[in-house]
Amino acid sequence: MIVSVASGKGGTGKTSVAVNMALSVGNVQLLDCDVEEPNTHLLLHPNMHRTEPVYVLVPHINEGLCDHCGECAKFCQFNALFASSEKVLFFPELCHSCGGCALACPMQAITEEKRRIGTLKFGAAGDLKLVYGELDVGEPMAVPLIKAVKKQIEDNKNVILDAPVGTSCPVIETVRKSDFCVLVTEPTPFGLHDLKIAVQVLGKMGVPFAVIVNRAGIGDKKVYTYCEEENIPILLEIPYQRKIAELYSKGVPFSLEMLEWKEKFQTLFSEIRRLVEE
Amino acid sequence: MKQLTILSGKGGTGKTTITASFAVLAKNAVLADCDVDAPDLHMLLHPEVIKTQEFKGSKVAVVDKTKCVNCGVCREKCRFDAITEDIKVDPIACEGCGVCAAICPEDAITLAERVSGYAYISKTNYGFMAHALLIPGEANSGKLVTLVRQNARILSEKENSDLIIIDGPPGIGCPLIASVTGIDAGLVVTEPTMSGIHDLKRALRLLEHFNVTPFVCVNMYDINRDNTKKIMHFCKESNIEIAGRIPFNPKVTEAMVNGKTIIDYSPESDVAKEIEVIWKKLYSSLSLGKSFKNHDRIA
Repeated sequence: MIVSVASGKGGTGKTSVAVNMALSVGNVQLLDCDVEEPNTHLLLHPNMHRTEPVYVLVPHINEGLCDHCGECAKFCQFNALFASSEKVLFFPELCHSCGGCALACPMQAITEEKRRIGTLKFGAAGDLKLVYGELDVGEPMAVPLIKAVKKQIEDNKNVILDAPVGTSCPVIETVRKSDFCVLVTEPTPFGLHDLKIAVQVLGKMGVPFAVIVNRAGIGDKKVYTYCEEENIPILLEIPYQRKIAELYSKGVPFSLEMLEWKEKFQTLFSEIRRLVEE
Repeated sequence: MKQLTILSGKGGTGKTTITASFAVLAKNAVLADCDVDAPDLHMLLHPEVIKTQEFKGSKVAVVDKTKCVNCGVCREKCRFDAITEDIKVDPIACEGCGVCAAICPEDAITLAERVSGYAYISKTNYGFMAHALLIPGEANSGKLVTLVRQNARILSEKENSDLIIIDGPPGIGCPLIASVTGIDAGLVVTEPTMSGIHDLKRALRLLEHFNVTPFVCVNMYDINRDNTKKIMHFCKESNIEIAGRIPFNPKVTEAMVNGKTIIDYSPESDVAKEIEVIWKKLYSSLSLGKSFKNHDRIA
């Protein structure tokens, strides 16, 4: 089973939920897909075993064969190629690695070469396996790295994906093909507003989902009213407690110190399994 | 005209709260909400939309089923896994690259424009505002950010404004990069948590990469004073200006629930006062065009 943890609004507690759930359930593989700002390792303190560079394919123009016809630049929908009468300029950060320029070149002057965008990191904390991606600073495109992280999914594991913040391409790539998605929100106007956007995205993708309310007790009741009206189950409420915030700030998953929470996360996971099997 | 972006790396550290407060404190600034996939600034500033633009950021492949012979060449060549076994386009996965249309032997595939979002020009009580909304599930938020920033520049020229205040998206990928290129200063809002510190460092490296003058502000600094000290120490070592430290105060959430900025809701609160201090520092350092060398707030 693949369960992703997402949110819309940032800082609502995705990573905290993903890690505490991962620590409470056995046979888990946790994949941190927030490759721009991966944080799960800061709570898990894993032993890291190895790293692996991640590349994307980009065009290489063989100047000897190029006759500057400009077909490649005309083809590129992402403005990554610019052809003048003397030279073809390539802007790697704009390239989506579709391979179209190589197909479009009538002179076969374009081959593809590898360009590094980030790193895959493999580790473990006890029997919990962790994989996370780290985008090189300055690289704009997270999606290819998220794909590389997701390639590491092991079928026989309870797979938990920690999604990046927001609702656009990186989140969609993470949640894609998940059996279930947990949306972590907070009961505030910002939390609700961004939750509604996330709900629309998941609806379009056809991934079943439910909500976890974090920092319950702050803000107002509108998240609850919304979930009731939309028939979205709220699977768990985590109250706002200074102790939880302090433990998080120190990099300690709160279920390790507040043991009653381990059982709550186990119940949460079985509830998700029940909803998936339904 | 100067441009200031509020960013954070980690989400939920208080970017929008601070941007909205700056909007109140600034006189004659133009505001830009560049968090286009989860914009929140409008909930505090209540803009009145004057103009709406369609944003056509990308294309999508369309299969003409009357011509398609299900040969599967398109599916084989698509690098985005966007064509299903029965040769249908998954619009969410499709990046609009056009490879399928180019290689289809039956000419059954074309590229169509798609509306991915809307850009708005609005009026608020505190000045003009450029903002946008990406349609849920659509891609290309970076391009939409660029459109919002163009709109903000046009507004600031028309209004003779000396500053654009940009509410940045979280992360350090394409939408954030689009929000910091060519700006004069970036205020990184962090929190004293392990992830806050980790993400702050990556955000600062990004600003360095794009040659932007950085400032740091620690929000909810009293949640973990040891970590706050670590952040102050790190910034001092790296010669980065600490613009201020904001205490935790439940009034911030109360203000949000009431749809108000903390400056309007509770002007006498410790949070409002500290944001004012931060604003003054940034303002003087921006308008004088020299970096701030005063370290007296560093503990």
